[in-house]
Amino acid sequence: MAVNETLSTYSDMAYATSVVLYMFAMLLYFAEFSYKRSANPAAAAQRERELVGAGGGSAAGTGVGRVETPAKRPMAERLGGMAVAITVLGALVHGASLIARGVSTGRAPWGNMYEFGSSICLAAVLAWLIVLYRQSRKVHRDTTAVQLRALGGFLMLPVAVLLFLSGTVLYAEASQLEPALQSYWIVIHVSAAIVSTGVLLLAGVASLLYLVRVRHENSPEKMAAVGSRLPGSRALDRVAYRATVIIFPVWTFAIVAGAIWAEAAWGRFWGWDPKETVSFIAWIVYAAYLHARATAGWRGVRSAWINVFGLAVMIFNLFFINIVVAGLHSYAGI
Amino acid sequence: MRTHLKTALAFLRNTWRGLTSMRTALVLLFLLAMASLPGALIPQRSQNQTEVDRYFDEYPTLAPVLDDLGVFEVFSSVWFASIYVLLFISLIGCLVPRCAEHYRQWRAKPVRTPRNLSRMPHHAETTVDGSVDDALGAARSRLRGWRTAEEEEPDGARSISAERGYLREAGNLIFHFALVGLLIAFAGGKLYNYEGQVIVMADGSEFCNAGTYNYDSFIAGLNVDGTGLNEFCVRVNDFDVQYQHTGQVQSYVVDTEYQSTEDLQTGQWQPHRLEVNHPLRTSGDRVYLTGNGYAPQFTVTFPDGQQRTQLTQWQPVDVPTMLSQGATKFDRPGVEDERERRQNQIAVSGLFAPTPAFDGAVLSSQFPDLNDPTVAVDVLRGDLGLDSGRGQSIFSVDQQMVEQGRLNREARENLRVGEEVRLADGTTVRFDGVERFANLQVSHDPTQMWVLGFAILIIAGIGASLTIKRRRVWVRARPADPADPDAGRTIVEIGGLARTDQAGYGEEFYTLTEDILGTDADRTSETRADLGAARGRND
Ligand code: HEM
Repeated sequence: MAVNETLSTYSDMAYATSVVLYMFAMLLYFAEFSYKRSANPAAAAQRERELVGAGGGSAAGTGVGRVETPAKRPMAERLGGMAVAITVLGALVHGASLIARGVSTGRAPWGNMYEFGSSICLAAVLAWLIVLYRQSRKVHRDTTAVQLRALGGFLMLPVAVLLFLSGTVLYAEASQLEPALQSYWIVIHVSAAIVSTGVLLLAGVASLLYLVRVRHENSPEKMAAVGSRLPGSRALDRVAYRATVIIFPVWTFAIVAGAIWAEAAWGRFWGWDPKETVSFIAWIVYAAYLHARATAGWRGVRSAWINVFGLAVMIFNLFFINIVVAGLHSYAGI
Repeated sequence: MRTHLKTALAFLRNTWRGLTSMRTALVLLFLLAMASLPGALIPQRSQNQTEVDRYFDEYPTLAPVLDDLGVFEVFSSVWFASIYVLLFISLIGCLVPRCAEHYRQWRAKPVRTPRNLSRMPHHAETTVDGSVDDALGAARSRLRGWRTAEEEEPDGARSISAERGYLREAGNLIFHFALVGLLIAFAGGKLYNYEGQVIVMADGSEFCNAGTYNYDSFIAGLNVDGTGLNEFCVRVNDFDVQYQHTGQVQSYVVDTEYQSTEDLQTGQWQPHRLEVNHPLRTSGDRVYLTGNGYAPQFTVTFPDGQQRTQLTQWQPVDVPTMLSQGATKFDRPGVEDERERRQNQIAVSGLFAPTPAFDGAVLSSQFPDLNDPTVAVDVLRGDLGLDSGRGQSIFSVDQQMVEQGRLNREARENLRVGEEVRLADGTTVRFDGVERFANLQVSHDPTQMWVLGFAILIIAGIGASLTIKRRRVWVRARPADPADPDAGRTIVEIGGLARTDQAGYGEEFYTLTEDILGTDADRTSETRADLGAARGRND
């Protein structure tokens, strides 16, 4: 089947547009972030405590989960609101780019590194929007969506970098897949891997910020510029943990689906191919994270480090193993 | 003596406790991850022997040391095995008591309502219209699906204790046991599996899984001696490859027939379209298409008029263009004398291009499909060294024979299909045409369905374990006016406790109390319950 060139050109244009939108959103998130009065750390900590209290819906008449809105929305909040709106727009355009790719080639739009990187970023952005949405519902939360937005810029940064690399160095013309990739398993296995990687990216960023925030909370003079403006460590830990817990079964499924596919395509379900090996390692690291969360002495900082390490393994798996090491997955095309 | 025994026992007990603690499991998990790493970074024999050889060339001093450590076979090394065996012992030691404990909880009633519900992490209270009975009835129907127990309290109050989410622990136990099962099935498979490679011409040639001698290479588990293989035969009739204009392969379709079980007696053949991703599954074995290539056919006509024709696979040396290299070897027929026979062997050796491109007279290929098949060959005559006792590649001639002058080049020519080259003594070598061949792999792994079953249990178990929350709710109702229990006003109090991570429980508690108490109840939720832990204090 021939590739629809017009459509794939539109896809490329949408892709570029979404990268620009994401970068713009990132700048707005960071603008909100630096606009926030950091004041002195003690006051910030005090405010944090109040917000936690309010978020907890203490008997005060503010209603559960709502922080009283000041009469006029401060500049910072308006910037943040715009950031979210532009993220949503970016995600829509980004999604359209992937759909156009898929239609132009008549296959799932994740057959090579460029498309794979693009899909992972979309998954991460969508996960982020879902977290924001859930956080803004009325049931009580330990953090409000507004506070959580401080994460936004730090998530959009790796997303923008990854998209930029995918769109330049790793770019591949729209084309057909080679025979080994022509299987419905590409829809099952690869989409599970994409969603997992995207969500784990969000989790890893949250854990990294958690580490910064904890240093600041433990000694307020440290990391003051960034730490004082971040959401509370508890909220960050919660985002990281929830994201990992939800996605771990999906990641497990992605590996198992990969093994089932390998049994049909490569003649064995498991052969310690470099990709298989590193996926296994990442799986073990995330299992260790979950165990650490349940082990006295390993909660908090140590488990956050494990989560960050897990993300490092995932990224290593994505780039190094696909590009540098010769393995069966290398044929995914760069 | 007694004390010695005691210390020994204490030592054993402590070792066992240490081994089965979460902390040890954590460390072992890390070790396992670290130990796997060289498997991804350093070439592995089981993956790619040529890469291993290259590693030896590049790091001549380091490589032998690494080799002694088993780094080129990480996943079959002793240290790798010892880590996961320890991990699994630790796991089982940890699981068995958890099973017993879970069984006990499963049988037990939900915990009685604590006296002071307002000290629970989640608490709500309000006064409602209606009797204690009404209030409890509402709570009871809202708590359908929970495990509940009701209780009369001395001061006229009544309460329901409810608990839910037992499947969390069950899922967790299933997950861990399934890990053990998967490992055992995997290891068992390694004892009984085999994998054979064979090349079959796509001209109606057959291959039968009758014994290892039929294979070009055969790797098997410890408990396979190569006898009693599952019997079946495969015949390759045709091989169709579609290319895109870029030269990229669009599809491979191998038209095969096979016979197994009764068909072997009756001589019936069943058709099968063999494709990548669609192996042939028969008799408990799987047949895969793993590669393909071209086999040029040559006919040698000797001066006395005798003819010999050979179809031999040549090896693709550049897969995108299918430029191939090989050597087709002939014996002169009708020669009785051993020595004379050995001086008159002929080899046609060189390159094959399906779509040729010439740089001067040097042949290369510009496209993988058969547009104008061409060979660039040397014709050599002499002793091929086939009886020298040294093994030799089917894709080349023995260079030692050439160096010793026992095998000499008599012609060098580029030939298209139908063209021939004539040697000095009148012998002609004709390039007749070309056939495709298929690389087939036959695999056998009797436990892979077990592995799949355990993998599914792993996913189901971990899914349950991570999404289900174990939580408790208590509802207590008492008359608003103890002096006049029938006044129709009832104080209802609800306490909630998540027994595992608190995340997300507040939400459920909120809707639950909303349903039972209405929207204007007083609520408190301890969101700071585990703040200390989250703050990074390593307690
Ligand atoms: C192959 C090795 C192992 C893997 C891959 C593994 C994986 C996991 C995973 C993914 C979880 C879910 C975590 C959660 O529920 O939050 C878990 C939970 C658990 N594992 Fe393991 N595990 C392994 C070995 C062990 C061992 C050796 C022990 C005991 C010493 C153990 C004890 C537990 C316990 C107690 C939980 C429940 C913790 C909780 O509810 O948070 N595991 N395991």
